Amino acid sequence: MSIRFQPVGDSGIRVGFGERIDPKINREIQSFVNELERTPIPGVVEWVPTYCAVTVYYHPHRIRYRELCQQLEAIEKKRVPVTEKDVRVVELPVVYGGEYGPDLEGVAGENGLSPQEVIRIHSDPSYRVYMMGFVPGFPYLGGMSEKIATPRLKDPRPRIPAGSVGIAGSQTGVYPLETPGGWRIIGRTPIRLYDPDRNPPVLLRAGDLVRFRPIPVDAYREMEMKGSEGVEPDEDVSDGMDHRPEQ
Amino acid sequence: MITVIKPGLLTTVQDLGRTGYQQYGMVVAGAMDSYSLQVGNLLVGNRRGEAGLEITWLGPVLRFEEDAVIALTGADLGPLLDGKSVPLWKSIPVSKGQELRFQGPVAGMRTYLCVAGGIRVPDVMGSRSTYLKGRIGGVHGRALQSGDVLETGRSPQLADRVGRQPAPSMRPRYGKDLRLRVIPGPQAEAFTEEGIHTFYHASYEVTSRSDRMGYRLDGPAVGHRAGADIISDAIAPGSVQIPAEGRPIILMADRQTTGGYTKIATVISVDLPRLAQAGPGTRITFQEVGVDEAQDLAEEQENLLMILEIGIRSK
Repeated sequence: MSIRFQPVGDSGIRVGFGERIDPKINREIQSFVNELERTPIPGVVEWVPTYCAVTVYYHPHRIRYRELCQQLEAIEKKRVPVTEKDVRVVELPVVYGGEYGPDLEGVAGENGLSPQEVIRIHSDPSYRVYMMGFVPGFPYLGGMSEKIATPRLKDPRPRIPAGSVGIAGSQTGVYPLETPGGWRIIGRTPIRLYDPDRNPPVLLRAGDLVRFRPIPVDAYREMEMKGSEGVEPDEDVSDGMDHRPEQ
Repeated sequence: MITVIKPGLLTTVQDLGRTGYQQYGMVVAGAMDSYSLQVGNLLVGNRRGEAGLEITWLGPVLRFEEDAVIALTGADLGPLLDGKSVPLWKSIPVSKGQELRFQGPVAGMRTYLCVAGGIRVPDVMGSRSTYLKGRIGGVHGRALQSGDVLETGRSPQLADRVGRQPAPSMRPRYGKDLRLRVIPGPQAEAFTEEGIHTFYHASYEVTSRSDRMGYRLDGPAVGHRAGADIISDAIAPGSVQIPAEGRPIILMADRQTTGGYTKIATVISVDLPRLAQAGPGTRITFQEVGVDEAQDLAEEQENLLMILEIGIRSK
């Protein structure tokens, strides 16, 4: 498997591992990042692993692009495969449709399904957290059925509420805080994926498995109210979580 | 100590950003015009990455509760100290009880106020930068409000720090037209030949839908070969995203760490501070350069900052 280097401006290098969502590529990227952690390179600031690539950021006055490519090539040769460790399973209750999921009907319509079928298909699998990104605490999940794949909005919405569950192409994810965004919103969870007053502020981490459990609107409102009354951070985190090894 | 009498449009505490946590999705934030912040800090004898105030467009009213040395760099928003005009890009003394206000924008969008000793706010993940959407850093993760009191660090020999200026060539000029140099990619192949031609030959206008997260431009649409969506990928400072409707969005300090729109090019690092000073209506054109040339320019800027730093230390 050969990697591909591309400049991202004068301060970044995109190290590409193959342009598809694939658990095998994900493990290669994890192993590359592990090796990067073990091998400090002067001038390198940090890196961001994504589905298909690792983007390495550097000080443009400290190291030259070509020199850094060579060092990263050496890291690729040295890296060792990762082993699957115990995996956390995190369950997120979700109210689908209505005011909480304005795009549920659209996603159903574009795929020739009923909204109920979309809910069943979306809440069926366990999703792998491939990467964290976009904004603090946002998990990029793999494993969604192609039956409910739907393209992003042409023009992103200026505001998506925190907790919104969305679909973009064949990806699904949850918005941890209110931001603009172009994902199709099909529901919302009362669980906080990002809470700046909690330690750690980010709930999920790469490698976790996530399951969505459909709940009625009443249950959502009750959980949301409990949250707004100030549930202890620890209770909040443990709510709906279950630790077990991956089958 | 500095008391905030009026906060202005958007005044935040910023340093050079919260790096090292992007892999968890933590946004970098930091000064939009990192060049002006660094020069300002050097003029008042601080480390380059010390926290200062980023003052946007309509400035605040601030009262100094003790003697201080300050420098204002970046945009000219018409600063007045006790009603008298004060110079930019120069360290100046301020006496206890004096008030700094701004009569209105003259050139540029963002002024940096650096104070000898720096602005003291809690360190969050290695940075004092305010990240507004994430509600962390700076003053309780938000913009300044009336009544806020900012602690400043102790700094010895204040008198020695007065009257410093950078070489005139280090002082940028902000105009109505801005040519941004970019390095193509990483998804340049996602665009039609015509789309690429449009991007490099048309001129675009900065819209009012621009903020610390990104600059949205208006102008001719850039066409895609087969859609604007990609599998989500990292977003760098200066990444030029083209969503399906075809108008460029240039991602800035509060950009999300990753995203799923095609990126036609990336603005080079020395041009980002200049973009940060461009207000709505500014005409933007794009010019392709290579990585080597961009790194030469970054080195040149770094050398100028180092010469300024050494010159000040040896005084």
